[in-house]
Amino acid sequence: MSTFAAPTSLGTSVRRDLPAVEVENLTKVFRRRDPKAGRFARRSLPALQEVTFTIERGECVAILGQNGSGKSTLVRLLSTLLLEDGGEARIFGHDAFHEARTIRRLVNRVSVEASFFKKMSAQENLSYAARFYGMTPSQTRTAIPEILAKVGFPPDRRTESMMNLSRGMQQKVALARALLTSPVLLLLDEPTTGLDPRSKLEVQEFIREVRRTHDATILLCTHDMGEAEALADRVGLLDRGQLLFLEPVAEVKRRYGVQTLEEAFFAATGRTFEEEHDEDDEIREVFG
Amino acid sequence: MTAIAATMRNELIGLGGFVERNVYLTKRYILWDIAFMVWTIANTLTIVFIARVEHLPPAEENKLATILLVGAVIWAFLGIIFEFMTETVAWERWEGTIEYTFMAPVSRTMHLFGQGAFAVLYGLIRATILFFAVAAFIGIHTPHANYGAAFALLAIASISFIGVGMMTSVLPLISPEKGAQLGFVAQGLMLVVSGVYYPVSVMPHWMQVVAKISPATYVLRGDRASIVSGTGLAWADAWPLIVIAVASMPLGLTIFHVGERHAKKHGKLKRSG
Repeated sequence: MSTFAAPTSLGTSVRRDLPAVEVENLTKVFRRRDPKAGRFARRSLPALQEVTFTIERGECVAILGQNGSGKSTLVRLLSTLLLEDGGEARIFGHDAFHEARTIRRLVNRVSVEASFFKKMSAQENLSYAARFYGMTPSQTRTAIPEILAKVGFPPDRRTESMMNLSRGMQQKVALARALLTSPVLLLLDEPTTGLDPRSKLEVQEFIREVRRTHDATILLCTHDMGEAEALADRVGLLDRGQLLFLEPVAEVKRRYGVQTLEEAFFAATGRTFEEEHDEDDEIREVFG
Repeated sequence: MTAIAATMRNELIGLGGFVERNVYLTKRYILWDIAFMVWTIANTLTIVFIARVEHLPPAEENKLATILLVGAVIWAFLGIIFEFMTETVAWERWEGTIEYTFMAPVSRTMHLFGQGAFAVLYGLIRATILFFAVAAFIGIHTPHANYGAAFALLAIASISFIGVGMMTSVLPLISPEKGAQLGFVAQGLMLVVSGVYYPVSVMPHWMQVVAKISPATYVLRGDRASIVSGTGLAWADAWPLIVIAVASMPLGLTIFHVGERHAKKHGKLKRSG
């Protein structure tokens, strides 16, 4: 069998024999003003500290963590939106920081905010975004209605301004935008946060369908432990920039001798998951 | 298709995506655009009416009004280009799409060219409407005007303006709060040294030296000559614009690239709020 998979929509071949994601000692530090220490003083805040893990092709891995734990920093590093301060990250064998153009063809992302031009319609937002991935108008004329139908978006609302759509509807369009470009690595950064229970279930069901029908590897960052347990093959815990574990849920529970992931978090960190985070966590959340 | 041809094809489709997006936005904000056009016409009238203050002979008054009108139209045209280029980052940050655009597999060259191409098209349409609306309102006559030469020089100057606009579009990337406003400062500084409503010769010597590297200097001088006296496209105005275009494009891209690296290093390439 060939070691190369079918090319993506942009003609980038993907090696089958390599892990989807390899992260080794990945470190990111933000430097912020420190008024307490002086007018021009700055201090370093580690957002990720020597994080190491691997995700196999076709796997769904969830990274759990509180706000400011470093989840978004990790996603933004893998999306080529941040530069590392140490360590390495490879996506299908390509260096995430030195082969950014290649990585961008392979990766797409859904974040907690739907992020669209609000005055424009779903159709228009998807249409121009698809051009950035080399899709022609004749391709998107059929592909956009198809992908919107797949995520359960009503056809009669395709030309309506995004600002008139509910959060749940907007998030469905965000999923459609990510899948339109046939990414082989899908980064989901809290995709169901803030959604009503019904929309949340619909989005989760769609993520399952993507796993069944697309040749995609998924990295799901969430603070919803139930969601992580329900969707992922392995669950990791990121706490204040450090990856404490990344294992199947059953292994995690066995290792800490607990019944739930909440209890595992307490056992690993000495804090409850809902506990208030400190000032540094807030800064990490803002800049990460 | 070879790999290079496929890449070029994707890049051009990507460039078209930026133009397409701005067409959608212009359609959605058309009422605002009409209101903005009315404001620009009113603002231009406040400048062109100055020609009537001195009660000059009609021919002299007409000439002065035309000179002021050309200055105001170039100011408005340049303002549109700078606005679109600066919005490359600022508007996307506000709408929240910045991360999706910067992680898309389209080169920054095509990204900035796409923004610039739409800005030039949109700016030329606005400049044309502005010129003829104000000329009709004031009763300016341009019997000798060579509009073809004026348009051609403006088109050549547009390439330099895009290059300079690329340099200013990096400002909101470095300073999310005030970067966009700094772009307008750059626009004002360029026009003040370029003789927007007066000959360059009336300025202090050091400003006249600076005027030589501003593309606006040559387009203002050339377009005034074409519209007032019917002069054809002058090589003396065209070649400096070509030189500035050739220099400003790679310089603008390099500056943007450095700014983008800085933003990625310091976590500034993200939506606001």
